[in-house]
This record gives sequence, C-alpha cells and structure tokens, in this order.
Amino acid sequence: MHKLWSNYRYLFLRRVTQIGILVLYFGANAWGWNILQGNLSSSLILGTIPMSDPYALLQMLAAGAILSTNLLVGVGIVALFYFLIGGRAFCSWVCPINMVTDLAAFCRNLIGMNQLTGVKQPASRKLRYWILVLSLVISAIMGVTAFEFLSPISMLHRGIVFGLGFGWAGALIIFLFDLFVLKNGWCGHICPLGGFYSLLGKFSLIRVHHLEENCTLCMKCKVVCPENHVLHMIGKESLPVLSGECTNCARCIEVCDDKALKFSLKSFIQNKKKGE
Amino acid sequence: MKKLSERREFLLTMARGIGLASIGGLVWSAYLDKAVSAPLLLRPPAALSESDFLATCIKCGLCVEACPYDTLMLAKPGDERPLGTPFFIPRDIPCYMCPDIPCVPVCPTGALDESSVTTHGVLDIGVANMGLAVVDEESCIAFWGIQCDACYRACPILGEAITIEYSKNERTGKHAFLKPVVHADACTGCGLCEHACVTKKPAIFVLPNEIAQGSVDTHYIRGWDTKDENRLEKAQEIKTTTNISKKKAVDSLNSNLEDLY
Repeated sequence: MHKLWSNYRYLFLRRVTQIGILVLYFGANAWGWNILQGNLSSSLILGTIPMSDPYALLQMLAAGAILSTNLLVGVGIVALFYFLIGGRAFCSWVCPINMVTDLAAFCRNLIGMNQLTGVKQPASRKLRYWILVLSLVISAIMGVTAFEFLSPISMLHRGIVFGLGFGWAGALIIFLFDLFVLKNGWCGHICPLGGFYSLLGKFSLIRVHHLEENCTLCMKCKVVCPENHVLHMIGKESLPVLSGECTNCARCIEVCDDKALKFSLKSFIQNKKKGE
Repeated sequence: MKKLSERREFLLTMARGIGLASIGGLVWSAYLDKAVSAPLLLRPPAALSESDFLATCIKCGLCVEACPYDTLMLAKPGDERPLGTPFFIPRDIPCYMCPDIPCVPVCPTGALDESSVTTHGVLDIGVANMGLAVVDEESCIAFWGIQCDACYRACPILGEAITIEYSKNERTGKHAFLKPVVHADACTGCGLCEHACVTKKPAIFVLPNEIAQGSVDTHYIRGWDTKDENRLEKAQEIKTTTNISKKKAVDSLNSNLEDLY
C-alpha cells in the first residue's frame, strides 16, 4: 500500500485535480454552485475573480476582436500563474484530454504498439509551434478564433459541463491517433495549446530536479515521461529540467525508486549553485 | 543516392514546410468557413453583429449559466451551429426578457454588449434586438377567421410589438378577422409568441433581423414624415448624363434586331 501511494501519488493528485475541476464547473451549470463558473475558456472563481485562456485571447486579437478589461485581467491572472509558478502544468493537472492521452499511452504500452512502430517517430515535436502560428494566421484571415472552433479540448470539456453532443468523437479520435498512429501524438506533437503553455511556462519556478548521484540508470523515468527528450540529463548531470515542454506531471518523480528526481524551485537551485 | 547540398536541403525543407502549412491552412479554413455559418441562429440579447460576435465570444458559457430559464444553450458538435457559442430556440424555451438581463453583464469579453441594452444608464431589455417575429399568414388560423390571439397575449410588450388588426370577414359576412401584426421597431425577438403559437408548427416565428428584414435605399424618402423629410436638407445635387442613341427608333427594324442583344 505504501509503495502504491509512493509510486502513484502525483498521478492520484492529478486525477483528483482534473476531475475536481470538472465537477466544480459541472456543478456550477447544473446546480448553480458559484465556486468555479464558466469553463476553461473563461471562468469566475467565487463569482468575482476572472480567469481567461491566454491562447484564446491571442486568437481573438488576431481575429480583430476588441478586448475587454475583464478579459485582460482574467488572462493576466492565468498567464502570470503559469509563467511564474506552474510552467506547463495546465496540460497535466487541468486539461481533461490529458486523461484520454494518458489512457492511450497506457494502452499503447500494454498491447505492444511501441514495438510495432519502433522508436523512430514519424513527426517532429516542433509541429505544435507551427500549428500555433498557423492558428493565429488563420484567425487573422478568417476573422474568427481558429483553434477554438476545432479544439477537442474545449469540445470535451464544454461537453462535460454543458452537454456533450458529438463532443466524444474528438476525444475518441485523439485516443485512436495516440494509440495507433503516433506515440504521445496529440499532447506531445500537435496541440497548439500545449505548445503555447510550453512557451509561456519556460521560465516558471517549479521544476523537476535531477540528482545524478542517486541515479541508478534504471531509466524508468524516461519510459514513463510523455516528453522524454526533456530528461536528457538523466544519469549525466544534476540539473533541473529546464525545457518548457515538461508538463510538471511528476510521473518521473514517483516512478523513481532511488530519490534521484524531485520537485524544487528553480531560483533556490540557482542560488545554491552560486553559493557553492 | 547523392547527398543533397546544404543549400538544396535548406530550400527543400523550407518548401516542404510551406507546402504542409498551406495544406493544413486551407483545410482548416475550409472547415471554419462552414463551421461558423449558421444564418438562422438566434443569439442572446445584446449580442454584437454576427461577424464581431464570432471573433469576440470566448465560448465560456457564463451567459448560459446566468440564464434563470435555461433558455440559452452552447452549440454542441452535431448541432450544426458555430461550436460552443450561445443560442436559443424559442419554440423550446423563449427569452423571458428579465428586467435585470443576467446573461449580459456576466459576459467577460463584451461579445454581449451591455451598452446596447442600456437606456439612460439603466439596463433595458425592451431595446434588445435578438430577431424579429414573422407571421406566416397561410398557416396562422387568425387569418382563416378563427379567433386566436395567443401570440398577442404572450407578447411581453403586447400592443406595441404585436397589435391586433380588425377587418371584416367577407366570406361569412358577419364575423371579424383578428389578425396579429408584428411591429419591427418594438419587437425584441424574444420568441414568446412563437412559444405560445397553437399551430403544430408555429405560424409566428422569430428570425434574425438580417433574414427577416429588407432594407430600402437612401434615395427613397417618406415625404409625410418630417424626420425622414429632413434628410433632404443635406442632400446634394448629383448630375448624371446618359448617352442617348442618335438613331431613330424605326431603324431598329432594319438592323436584324442586332442592337436588341
């Protein structure tokens, strides 16, 4: 039992957060709760504090919308949180699609798809940044928020809160794509929102930190990591994971049996280094 | 295979990138073009014009949650309406025109524009313009001569938005028609009439203004209306010249009718 907790504690906490957020949003629409109203595009905490999606704001800006103060404040709050503290934590702690893609990755491993397709991945992880730029260009040309009308994240999330329709189809497509086509395909290669948070969260404080002296080179962390190129320092150097593409999901920390990975604050690490 | 020169490799990579982006961009744009076109959609009160609304609405659903009657919905995949944007179907649940308009001030982006439903600094649902009720005279039983004033009674601004016009029923010679007439300047498009209509498929229904209304060119002036007549004061003379054919009309008979085509 202790081992179960220690190996899955962050996964458990993440699922609690992800589902908890969904429940709060759902309750707001279904039963009139006012803890968290709206949805991930824009919401209100306790009916007062606004939060808005900064990527949606960029698209609105490109589409030529006049931006309201309320929206700017909401975006400021969200953007500052991920910029200063969370990093790309949205992807692994909030986004409901994360549960779909995690399931796909788990199934992929289970049925041995990885052996079939081999290690070589047919697509670049830079694709998401191209799609990010493309979404803004199309928003500007078409005068509508391009990704917001297509986003399977919003379809699923909004679907759960406001009524699903065919919203499940988007999630199923992603599941099948991740399972049969590309390992970590959606979250790791395509999703422009993930790309956006990778850029925004590049300098955030909370970081996974590697302690090389404890590492036994078992490589469990690299197997479990959905963005495993960010763990290039494993067994080589004691460094924090500095890539913005790390989602702070902490799977690497909990699968490590040697205490070679942990969360810490970036500035502390840097100060300590300077002190030495 | 011969190894490509650095220059060729760079150019090919660029070309491939541009090519892929073009494919993606065109497919994406084509999808969007269809995905956002739904001309028969009814928006919440105070919505910006459809094109501005599509750029500004963030699809958060706060208006939907604020609506006490569950009138508003967010479009789901499969609804064939712009995904995630709010709309209502008056035959199911109309807009009950709350005096405090709870759906509008909660909008975080201004896609629902509070100023468009404010008169003298106070929220006023009476000036909202969600659409316009239209009567199908063929299926409206009041036009058959059967007494029915369901829409008139249901109208929250009865007497202004819908009035009843009396006229003689010549068929029977002794009865009256009580025909509902909608007045566009007062109608807010709330849809309570459509909701109340007794026919199987409603004979009075709300359409977006752009669909329901025509528009008149500015050179037509209602001379009996002083306000309209005043427009003439600013009118400027425009001289136009038309080149009239110098030929005689009879000549056309000898031209094999060529000049008629």
